[in-house]
Amino acid sequence: MSRVAVLKGGRSLERQVSLRSGGRVEDALERLGHDVVGIDVGGDLVPTLRRAEPDVAFVALHGREGEDGTLQELLELLGIPYTGSGPSACARCWDKVLAKHLMRDAGLPTPDFYAFSEAAFRELGAAEALPAIEDRLEFPIVVKPARGGSSLGIKFASSAAEVPSALVAAFSYDRKVVLERHVAGRDLAVSVVAGEALPVVEAVPNEEQFYDFEARYEIGRTTFVCPAALSADDTARAQELALEVWRLFGCRGVARVDLMRDAASGALTVLEANSVPGMTDTSLLPQAADAAGLGFDALIGRLVELALAEVAA
Amino acid sequence: MAAEGTIGVDPQDILVTTGGQQVIDLMCRTLIDPGDVIIAEALTYPGAVPCFGAYEADVVQIEMDSDGMRVDEMEAALDQLAREGRRPKFIYTIPTFHNPAGVTMSLPRRKRLVEVARERELLVLEDNPYGLLRYEGDPLATLYSLDGGQFVVYLGTFSKIFSAGVRLGWAVAPQPVYQKLNIGKQAADLCSSALSQLFIATYFRSGEWPALLAAFKERYHRRRDVMLDALAEFFGPEATWTHPQGGLFLWATLPDFIDTTDLLARALDERVAFVPGRGAYLDGRGGSSMRLNFSYVADEDIREGVRRIGAIVQEQVALYGTLTGAAPPAPVDERRPGEPEALADVLHLPRRETGDRRAGTSE
Repeated sequence: MSRVAVLKGGRSLERQVSLRSGGRVEDALERLGHDVVGIDVGGDLVPTLRRAEPDVAFVALHGREGEDGTLQELLELLGIPYTGSGPSACARCWDKVLAKHLMRDAGLPTPDFYAFSEAAFRELGAAEALPAIEDRLEFPIVVKPARGGSSLGIKFASSAAEVPSALVAAFSYDRKVVLERHVAGRDLAVSVVAGEALPVVEAVPNEEQFYDFEARYEIGRTTFVCPAALSADDTARAQELALEVWRLFGCRGVARVDLMRDAASGALTVLEANSVPGMTDTSLLPQAADAAGLGFDALIGRLVELALAEVAA
Repeated sequence: MAAEGTIGVDPQDILVTTGGQQVIDLMCRTLIDPGDVIIAEALTYPGAVPCFGAYEADVVQIEMDSDGMRVDEMEAALDQLAREGRRPKFIYTIPTFHNPAGVTMSLPRRKRLVEVARERELLVLEDNPYGLLRYEGDPLATLYSLDGGQFVVYLGTFSKIFSAGVRLGWAVAPQPVYQKLNIGKQAADLCSSALSQLFIATYFRSGEWPALLAAFKERYHRRRDVMLDALAEFFGPEATWTHPQGGLFLWATLPDFIDTTDLLARALDERVAFVPGRGAYLDGRGGSSMRLNFSYVADEDIREGVRRIGAIVQEQVALYGTLTGAAPPAPVDERRPGEPEALADVLHLPRRETGDRRAGTSE
């Protein structure tokens, strides 16, 4: 059995979600017989890790601190094996602009988009280009921060008049934003563990127009269906797309790929990939693992094994 | 209560509770079945919202202006409900130094509210945590004293005049209601901590509390003025805010293109926080407003916090101007349909007036 440091909490807006993910992970690790050290990540992380001397770190830290690759850089530097992807794959998943460019360049379907920095509007007069963007993307347009999780700051603009305030909101979270074509259809997620796709999960919002922060984490606000009621072809295609994204970004350990199935055309498109998927009781990865016959404890145990195997290899 | 001029309360009618919050819960627990109507102010105490929600109440929110709840609108709402064959279980109001709006119900409205309650035989829950924290103007009679305790249930607490940590409050209720509340109280926690009660009783008997209250008032009054000054200096002409005569909070409203829930994300980067306005409504309104608490933080930190939020607001106003290619309109001119007129008017003293008033009344 190993000494496992569970990294959770932090100072991001996803702190509470991370604490819930981390708490569940700790319980599972204890049931598996590991020696568990829960660490609420703060300014004293490095000395705390040095003191704890873990064999492996379980990354349950969401938001920028856990997902942009810097935590992983730090763990590499300290020589501590860790769950999930390395710094470069994390960076590719975390930045939606980078991720979407990579997918588009690789020929993977992702909704049309334009990305702008705040400076582009302030200094380059990008506002002049908004009508052209609106023409090409057609309403409603999804406006989201380039970096961030849990659907925070995502707005739907259903007319040109709503675009500026949606941009202002998105810029509250990041200096770079994405304007994306809205895909009306079904909200799907494929989790991948060690290069194998798990069953597809579908999130069906009960009331809201879309899957927002609260709908995502409050029990009863969203109904999850796993395996999603898709045709065998759609299921295979969704899983294949997720694996292509996994390979393209260079993920390892675990990742979750979010997709949409267009209601009109039936086409599947990839929205984004998440390098530190949620582990809360409403999260999608645990549900997918469960549908695959892999209980939560087994999933957590597997991720730890993968992290340790990575070093041994 | 006597300190606020509410006299003649029969000690038999007083139910000691675990904080004032428990009174709200007990009222819901004993009176509300799913779908029952509660009348509340728009906006209302964010801490009451999840309580009302937990009991699946249908909350009808009545607009406010600078004189508190629009009682005429409440009567219209009651008429409408009566036509639907529905009758509210109670009217929830924070008439004095409203949290989060910072406004106070005028005496004529208080009298009318009590009359309406009597005419229609409706219970009123008067939530009064802040009544003793008045910094200017004359005290107004509580609803309880105007009504004589027939239809008004009074909620009091030691949280704001002594310490929130002792978790001690009370309800004064007409006997039939008192009995039901008491049964609910037994089920909830039997009785509130005897240690806390002894502690409070001993302290208040010692006679020192008026000096403590005076110290609180002096401090909060000063901090309110610091905040009003800072708002006038840093929040820009697009923002408006209330001028509370007491209590702990004021309510600021930004141009409608700014969503304060998103703004908070940005503000946290600058290490300053506030309560986004949406939590004070049950229907998603309040998105451009925020509650600011001036009681807790030191004077210089209030000023610095308001400066930081103001800088972000200015930045977003400028960005919006760039995006729309025009100077952003004032919020009063371009309100989203459905935004409460009364709320945008509530209140707020324009900047210059705020400055003038402060100069006349503070140190």
